[in-house]
Amino acid sequence: MNEELSNVLISKEHPMDDYLREDRLPHIWCSGCGLGTILTSFVSALQKSGLDRDKVAVVSGIGCTGRAAGYLYLDGFHTTHGRAIPFATGLKLGNPELKVVVISGDGDLVAIGGNHFIHAARRNMDITVICVNNFNYGMTSGQMGPTTPTGARTSTSPYGNHEPPFSVPYLAAASGATYVARWTSLHIRRLEDSILEALNKKGFSVVEIISPCPTYYGKKNKMGSALQQMKYYHENSVIRHGSDPAESGIDLGGEIVVGCFINKDKPTFLDSQKRSV
Amino acid sequence: MANNGILQGSFFMDGDTACAEGALAAGCRFFGGYPITPATEIAERMVLRLPQVDGTYIQMEDEIASMNAVLGASWGGARAMTATSGPGFSLMMENLGLGIMTETPCVVVNVQRGGPSTGMPTLVGQGDMMQARWGSHGDYEIIALAPSSPQELFDLTIRAFNLAEKYRTPVLVMTDETVGHMSERVIIPPPEEIEHYPRRKPDVPPSADYLPYKSEPNSVPPMACAGDGYRVHVTGLTHNEKGYPDTVNLDVQQQMLERLINKIQHNKDDIIELHEDQVEGADIVVVAYGISARTAARPIRLAREMGLKVGLLKLVTVWPFAEERIRELAPKIKAFVVPEINMGQIVLEVERCAAGQTETILVPHAGGGLHKTKDVLATIKKFA
Ligand SMILES: Cc1ncc(C[n+]2csc(CCOP(=O)(O)OP(=O)(O)O)c2C)c(N)n1
Ligand code: SF4
Ligand SMILES: [Mg+2]
Repeated sequence: MNEELSNVLISKEHPMDDYLREDRLPHIWCSGCGLGTILTSFVSALQKSGLDRDKVAVVSGIGCTGRAAGYLYLDGFHTTHGRAIPFATGLKLGNPELKVVVISGDGDLVAIGGNHFIHAARRNMDITVICVNNFNYGMTSGQMGPTTPTGARTSTSPYGNHEPPFSVPYLAAASGATYVARWTSLHIRRLEDSILEALNKKGFSVVEIISPCPTYYGKKNKMGSALQQMKYYHENSVIRHGSDPAESGIDLGGEIVVGCFINKDKPTFLDSQKRSV
Repeated sequence: MANNGILQGSFFMDGDTACAEGALAAGCRFFGGYPITPATEIAERMVLRLPQVDGTYIQMEDEIASMNAVLGASWGGARAMTATSGPGFSLMMENLGLGIMTETPCVVVNVQRGGPSTGMPTLVGQGDMMQARWGSHGDYEIIALAPSSPQELFDLTIRAFNLAEKYRTPVLVMTDETVGHMSERVIIPPPEEIEHYPRRKPDVPPSADYLPYKSEPNSVPPMACAGDGYRVHVTGLTHNEKGYPDTVNLDVQQQMLERLINKIQHNKDDIIELHEDQVEGADIVVVAYGISARTAARPIRLAREMGLKVGLLKLVTVWPFAEERIRELAPKIKAFVVPEINMGQIVLEVERCAAGQTETILVPHAGGGLHKTKDVLATIKKFA
């Protein structure tokens, strides 16, 4: 057992009470779902960031991941399916003092919300996007989605998915994001560092987190227990910082390239708008 | 121009420009939109003018995004709006519902054109009036105003912003291509004469006890925005007074929905604005709104010259509907005549409220043009 895994299992006491809406716990997530550890990583990163919590707003769409906004004791907006990014865009422009973070699922962000994702990246809207990729639509009980690997089984790909998936880092990078990283939910420390970097980054920063959905995707694809699925993703990943995002596609059973793909500076939407008038 | 960047004085401008200037005078500082004829001129005016008043314009990738950006901006503390026409209005419907559910003040302008679908992009229509009322899923109340002139587009856009704040809800300005594109005199009063209903903020300091969706006596809770320190939770799910989702408790749904509906229903006296001309003692009452209220003026005048007793009831507020006034008039008159540039929408409401006490006659128009004087006049004469 590696050090990161033991961190999850021993469940250290975290001084996080103040960051979570305790009156909303327990959460609705299945046991073994990656979302719990992801929320923990986010809170740790937020604590380290030194950001004024009264000026941090979280926006989610709809999905299992979309419930994240509701558990954090921050200004939180649980919007409609796919629309977290345009809502976040308005929120940021309505009050540029805010640090605006979108936490949502793969289906929410790159299927129904895909158009918003690429355009917010293109504009370099100054928001952080945390995309939890469980390779399916968890909330609606495990249908295929835009990230489902070819060949994978879901409730709407009973013969194996015949479509090719998007790679979220490739899409983000090609669309103009300033920071693009991918980790699995078990890369606890690296994930936390990466979220921290993304929070501190000016511009459109994206962290994709590969996360087990043992209840649907894991079960359909015979990935064993929740922990086995989590470990499988972790063990099949290779860290390649700075590698070409075009090479980040995920094949069924293949390696998962993780790391920080893009970290660059360019003017945000508001910077360039101010300069233009 | 007054030194705060807001126009003041007498101008010759088109309706779309007047709408934009009204929004700025009302304190609008965010516009998110997507170009569409015949509403584009509003966006074009806003992108030019917003930087002069420290506001922000953004052209979103579509109208779904525009509607959401407007909601987000409002939660960021800005007075926010968008403007569109039929196809874009359809795309806004889901998230108009989010605005209603989360009680987000904002203004949506629909410069109506001929429909359905892409229809007649450059020509007038009034076919979205029922969509304005029922276009988003679920049950709700909505406020919709219908200007008949550039001056009214200016005035009613201001009123829309104030109603949006007062009742914490999206307000629709349902204008049309003819009004949007016609140029007329518009008087812009000095700032001190322009009504400004400020956003009501909580009167308690931030604490866990603060209930963002608490039912106040007038059913409208004060609004803490993002960054105000209250750490609000806002959701489109059925929610309790804390704003927390509760999607299984029927009492929570009942209370929430009743409050959303009652805050408008119980304040109809304040919200509904009607312009009446010789309605008392009339035999025929023409019920009209938007451009149709203006095209009705001539046939009404001609009918009066023939000695007929004809009144005009102009619906400045179309939603909530002027139910009580129609009920009151119905037993006293021979007929309601309802000219509208659609195949019969608001006439259904008039008929419902008339409840068989008098005739209710539609003068339809399929769209793309205005009613002919003779058509409205013939209907008036037939029932007088
Ligand atoms: C407009 C609309 N279409 C469909 C749905 C149903 N729906 C809710 S969540 C969801 C998919 C969620 O998948 P994802 O974004 O990947 O989140 P996850 O649950 O996997 O975390 C769908 C299709 C909806 N709520 N709204
Ligand atoms: S359905 Fe899947 S993604 Fe949703 S909570 Fe359960 S395990 Fe997690
Ligand atoms: Mg998913």
